[in-house]
Amino acid sequence: MQSTLIALVENKPGVLNRVASLFRRRNFNIESLNVGRTERADISRMTIVIDSESGAARKAEVNLYRLVNVIDVQDVTNQPAVTRDLALIKVKATPEQRAEVANLAEIFRAKIVDVASESVIVEITGTEDKIESLLELLRPMGIQEMVRTGQVAMMRGTACGVRYAPGANGHHPAKDRL
Amino acid sequence: MKKTGAEILWECLVREGVEVVFGLPGGAIMPVYDAMLNYPIHHVLVRHEQGAAHMADGYARASGKVGVALATSGPGATNLVTGIVTANMDSVPIVCITGQVHSHLIGGDAFQETDVTGITLPVTKHNFLVTRADQVAQVVREAFYIARSGRPGPVLIDICKDAQTEQASFEYPQEPALLGYQPPLHAPPADLKKAVALIEEAQRPVILAGHGVLMSDSMQALQMFAVKTQTPVAMTLLGLGAFPASHPLSLGMMGMHGEAYANLAIQNADLLLAFGMRFDDRVTGNLRTYAPRARKIHIEIDPSEVHKNVKVDAPLVGDLKTVLTDMMPMLDEYDHDEWLSQIKRWEAESEERDILSWPDDGKLYTAHVVRDLWRATGGDAIIATGVGQHQMWAAQYYKFDQPYRLITSGGAGTMGFGLPSAIGAWFANREREVWIVDGDGSFQMTQAELSTAVQEKANIKIAIMNNHFLGMVRQWQEFFFESRYAGTPLAGPDFVRLAEAHGIPARRVTQPEDVLQAIQFAHDTLGPVLIDFQVEKEEAVYPMVPSGADLDAMIRRPIRRTRAVTQA
Repeated sequence: MQSTLIALVENKPGVLNRVASLFRRRNFNIESLNVGRTERADISRMTIVIDSESGAARKAEVNLYRLVNVIDVQDVTNQPAVTRDLALIKVKATPEQRAEVANLAEIFRAKIVDVASESVIVEITGTEDKIESLLELLRPMGIQEMVRTGQVAMMRGTACGVRYAPGANGHHPAKDRL
Repeated sequence: MKKTGAEILWECLVREGVEVVFGLPGGAIMPVYDAMLNYPIHHVLVRHEQGAAHMADGYARASGKVGVALATSGPGATNLVTGIVTANMDSVPIVCITGQVHSHLIGGDAFQETDVTGITLPVTKHNFLVTRADQVAQVVREAFYIARSGRPGPVLIDICKDAQTEQASFEYPQEPALLGYQPPLHAPPADLKKAVALIEEAQRPVILAGHGVLMSDSMQALQMFAVKTQTPVAMTLLGLGAFPASHPLSLGMMGMHGEAYANLAIQNADLLLAFGMRFDDRVTGNLRTYAPRARKIHIEIDPSEVHKNVKVDAPLVGDLKTVLTDMMPMLDEYDHDEWLSQIKRWEAESEERDILSWPDDGKLYTAHVVRDLWRATGGDAIIATGVGQHQMWAAQYYKFDQPYRLITSGGAGTMGFGLPSAIGAWFANREREVWIVDGDGSFQMTQAELSTAVQEKANIKIAIMNNHFLGMVRQWQEFFFESRYAGTPLAGPDFVRLAEAHGIPARRVTQPEDVLQAIQFAHDTLGPVLIDFQVEKEEAVYPMVPSGADLDAMIRRPIRRTRAVTQA
């Protein structure tokens, strides 16, 4: 099973290293970790997907609060959240095979973003499942290269993810202070 | 007003109330040292940077303030690491300041360049790399705040040489600018209610008092709680002094070398109240059979400690003193007479097995030395220890009625901690007598700091329990490795002559009847004194819960049928 966490952290040098180091020394297995800017210059946002047995998400959350730079952590696993992953897939395709790839891409609402003589690059955005399904279909043609951003997630509307340790940050859901 | 980064650093340290720093200079920290001469802060020159970190640690443990260590880049900084780990494992607030090469040289393997923030990242509460003078004030403000607030811990500040020399305008920040970090204070009322309900139902409760009681200054709240609810109190090694040893409700130390009756009480309890402790493996033994009939309440400031080792029924995340104060009006008075008299019966049986109850066989045991030291100092000395058998005997036989008296490395188990931490503790409290109860193995690890003690005229008294073995490992070899003494027989120097070479008065004691006189000699002599106690070589610490065994499966000292005549 996998758990997806959203962590808001201070946008300072070395914070990614601190998070990665924490996960290593507490023995969490990171499936994917995405970091990027947010609507605020001083805050970065991480979407962390971990391999989890029972309780691992809670354990990850309370451990993240040991890091001084961590502002807020939510578990959005199985919550009403939008989750997306972006993949670029370079598929072997002779000019005769291009139509087939284009066809598949069309069905998945993916795009062909580069065409070379012997290959094309397909760009797909979606949930993990959707990308996995497309990959399954493209694999027989020969996948030459692939890159994925890892999951990003956002709760729908005003909903919040699960906070296991609401007391961790002085009982003020960090959101109120931002 | 414009000042150099080095001057700004000292301005900030003065404002943080720092009186003394422990350190050793080198190339990358020289501007800081140069500026130091203009500020009213005393510098203690150590002989090895590990000593600086331990001194800052001992100072912090004895004073409740933040200890400060200073070192240069590269090996100076890496020598601090053992001391930082020690402070980190025991949640002790220290700030370590290290010099770093020029900011434009970082990453180029310059002379004495080391990635110090990288190395210390997993063993500090937080650390900072300062590359500009205008960052210094904010960073120092935050470092001290982080070190002493919440669950305290070590913080390291690595300052590039150019950040020390360049100028910036100085204004001390009123507030730390931390977006997320905000330690919890109160536990939610619903959680409190749940805990109180468990307390009401309990017939056989036991309080487990840890270092958190001392760190949060909750001794009084703890005593009020224990008396009101008539709940006996067992302490972790670092919790000793949290509750008076002489109090009728005290069970003494729990765990691997804890009192047998404390461990029996825990195993038979129906409610454990863990106050500022973290269920370390040295106090729980086998987790699967730990306190099997007990429900558990855990008051803890660090949410990552809750459910970490032991799943609890009622976690209360918050500041211990605040939570206890919030809870007190919700509690009724209870009595647990039957439970307390059951514990008394276990206690009586333990006393029979105690080496102090043995007939005098003319041999010198560490237990006797510590007992005599306890009596001679009225139980009010600061006792710093190394790690090993002597440490456990000091914990068992020096009865701590006061907090902040035992200075010992618990979580990390750092040998060599005794001498430097005692020097630090003396700077925190110069009126109080400071004793080091050390082993010959532990002492040799940091004995270079004897020179520091002499240079500072530190009034510390060194008692070496010399058994010519790495005693605790020897004990394990005796119990679990068929007495195959691999690497444990230990040749030492003549400690008396070693002390005298430093100009330190010293004595050797081989007979039990000479112990008190030697202690008196140390007491009467101003400045450092060393006493080499030639104790029994192959004595074992009892009781002992073998690593990973059930907490009540203790190896006990055999009962001797002839009881000693009670000594005056």
